Amino acid sequence: MVGIVGYGAHIPRHRIKVEEIAKVWGADAPSYKKGLMLREKSVPTPDCDTITLSVEATKNALKRAGNLDPVEIGAIYIGSESHPYAVKPSGTVVAEAIGAVPDIHCADYEFACKAGSEAMFVALGLVKSGYIKYGLAIGGDTSQGAPGDALEYSASAGAAAFIMGSENVIAEALYTHSFMTDTPDFWRREYQFYPQHGGRFTGEPAYFKHTMGAANAIMEKSGMKPQDFAYVVFHQPNGKFPQRIGKMLGFTKEQIEPGWLSPTLGNTYSGASPIGLTATLDISKPGDTILMVSYGSGAGSDAFIWKVTERINDVRDRAVRTRKLLDENITYLDYGTYAKFRHKIRKND
Amino acid sequence: MRDVAVVGVGITKFGEIWEKSLRDIYVEAALAAIDDAGVDHLDSMTVGCMTGGLFIGQEHLGSLLADYLGQKNLAASRVESACASGGLAFRNAFIEVASGMSDIVMAGGVEKMTDIGGDGATYALAAAADQEYEVFNGATFPGLYALMAVAHMEKYGTTRDMLSAVAVKNHHNGSMNPYAQYPFKVTKEGVESSVMVASPLRILDCSPITDGAAAVILTTVDIAKKLGKPIIKIIGSGHATDMIALHSRDDITTLKATTVAAEKAFKMANKTIKDVDFAEVHDCFTIAEIIVTESMGLFAPGKGGEAALKGETSLEGSFPINTSGGLKSKGHPVGATGAAQIVEVVKQLRGEAENGRQLKTNPKVGMAQNMGGSGGSTLVHILEVD
Amino acid sequence: MFPSRIWREAKHRYRLEAGKCKKCGKIVFPYRLICPECGHREFEKIILPDTGKLMTYSVIRVAPSQFTDEAPYAIGIAELSNGVKLLAQIADCDVDKIKVGMEIRIEFRRVQTDSHHGVLSYGYKFVPKWY
Repeated sequence: MVGIVGYGAHIPRHRIKVEEIAKVWGADAPSYKKGLMLREKSVPTPDCDTITLSVEATKNALKRAGNLDPVEIGAIYIGSESHPYAVKPSGTVVAEAIGAVPDIHCADYEFACKAGSEAMFVALGLVKSGYIKYGLAIGGDTSQGAPGDALEYSASAGAAAFIMGSENVIAEALYTHSFMTDTPDFWRREYQFYPQHGGRFTGEPAYFKHTMGAANAIMEKSGMKPQDFAYVVFHQPNGKFPQRIGKMLGFTKEQIEPGWLSPTLGNTYSGASPIGLTATLDISKPGDTILMVSYGSGAGSDAFIWKVTERINDVRDRAVRTRKLLDENITYLDYGTYAKFRHKIRKND
Repeated sequence: MRDVAVVGVGITKFGEIWEKSLRDIYVEAALAAIDDAGVDHLDSMTVGCMTGGLFIGQEHLGSLLADYLGQKNLAASRVESACASGGLAFRNAFIEVASGMSDIVMAGGVEKMTDIGGDGATYALAAAADQEYEVFNGATFPGLYALMAVAHMEKYGTTRDMLSAVAVKNHHNGSMNPYAQYPFKVTKEGVESSVMVASPLRILDCSPITDGAAAVILTTVDIAKKLGKPIIKIIGSGHATDMIALHSRDDITTLKATTVAAEKAFKMANKTIKDVDFAEVHDCFTIAEIIVTESMGLFAPGKGGEAALKGETSLEGSFPINTSGGLKSKGHPVGATGAAQIVEVVKQLRGEAENGRQLKTNPKVGMAQNMGGSGGSTLVHILEVD
Repeated sequence: MFPSRIWREAKHRYRLEAGKCKKCGKIVFPYRLICPECGHREFEKIILPDTGKLMTYSVIRVAPSQFTDEAPYAIGIAELSNGVKLLAQIADCDVDKIKVGMEIRIEFRRVQTDSHHGVLSYGYKFVPKWY
């Protein structure tokens, strides 16, 4: 049996409301909130970045993994589109921080919002093939939304970490499927600070096509139908897309609910479906099957079917629950402070 | 060990001295000391300077300043102990004469802090703290003393009023010192409404950035007598260090290095604090003065603030502290401060302090306490007039 | 800041590695060659705990250049649950709401950003303990 042996998330404390952003750009807040099904998003302070969020998420994953000695982690993969360095891995810092160095493989992944699920796929594969004992996969971001652009309302920050292994499994990986084509719906050229996107082109030919493609393929592969799953977690660029794809595929609101965090979290990009999965695991029961389908622009989706084991009852509260990190002890920011935190204000070098 | 006396003192005006370089400032003070002493040669010279390197890119100050002082081939050196560099220079000179190694030694101090801008000065000063575990994490000097202030207030109930009393007193004294950087009085309200730097310390709780120099000439008592100078003997010298990082110390409401250095000085002098008439102490921040007075045994732990508030350390009080105006009003050119404190002690013992700040009680024994960083090093000297 | 200076402190700043004197049990952070308490020269590696209590703090309003964007920020000294004391910034907290005695947790944070092109410095900060 191979699967998740430890999981954890980390979300920063600050938030900004849709109204606060809308008023600066003269947009109609109620229609954005309704259209995107989004109320607010998380904002990282300048001392938080993908590396720091990854370290904290990993510490939570290690707590749930029990007596795991970090030196037994054979690989660390971090997927993000906001790695702090363009050249120098995020993974090396995290590995040092948790004491997993030096006998460890490391690579940073990118594929827009599915970089986190890629890391999960690869870590899983290495454990399954017997190459490594434990693999650490992290999806996290502190992504930028261009000022005044639709994506500014949703681009947020957060990370989730998964330790894959074959001992003390919390959720077994039953099936995986990846579906990918070259579809330039959203991209960022080198040296550009903000990404670009194709507006409505990011919908049907991008998010929906690939999510659908991976979901249908994995359900066919596994012989499972939507009603066979306890829960489903989709990539959540806003509140609306996951609800819509869920409906299109035949899932109920109740199945989507526990992993549907975007209305108050925003889009944590590479962290999106991974963090959604941690929130779902937090409330799952032994025997539950969970379908997770990520989506990354460019474009592609990674699908996983997880089956929760008895061990979830022992470990779920060994670290803080994701919903608690999302809902409690939060501070709202005004746009000015948000812009300062997100380095959107031009200063002297 | 021979008896050592201070026979000459010299000091420059402290302040932002744009038109003078570090060399100019030091030589000015040094020549004044030589003239005051009436000596015709020096055997050696020790200069205290915290960091000519970080402020103006200049090290090798012993040689540079001996050269500019016109002292050919002099045995000259620079010593460093952060803000206690001047006191350390004085001690080294004392040891050199007392041991018989030299007869006439100059001890001086100098700092040129304004050729670098505020940010640069802050960076240079931070070198006196633990660079990797205090400064790296965002600690500043006012911040470190503020941490001590908060701890002292929590433990002993020291109040904002008490801190203000120290600033007001020192400015009152400094207003009569023609060499002071800020020779004007301040009010309690003025102190308490000044810009907050690191809570609870406001800008008027903090000593300034200053250019300045001071120098003294030490020699044997025999030579002093031949020069016809008043005999101001160095009867005690104490030197101690403490753990550099505040968080490493057991109790940050007291300054251990001050206590140990003072004990050593008193032992050498065969005196106690009760025998001392006044002192110059290192008031880099108002809270520092309060804690130092407790640590040196003048007031009981926790009672330093109350004593300041009651006026016990004023010119007319039971134990005047910082008749010069202290670092607060006189200024704090880091390396020079220790030497400047000795200049004031000597002036008071000679009866030569300017304007109204000369103590009218005919003081016989004076003390100088010079501290580096957040108390990581301390030099204490006790001088007595014959 | 030059990379070697940052890199050398990683074991202390990233994972709070400390040394426990094999003779008297004194804990030194960072590592030292000789115990400041008893003079013994052998240490056992330990990791510092991540919770503690704030003993003193100050809100820095006039910040050095590396931290001007963060002003006002608070620094404090906390006593960790094993008695070791550390100085760090206090993050995720309204500076006006900090109190001596407050319980804190240690979180991994980016402590300094060296302009647009320098090496990033990571380390520890205190956050109020809320879970």
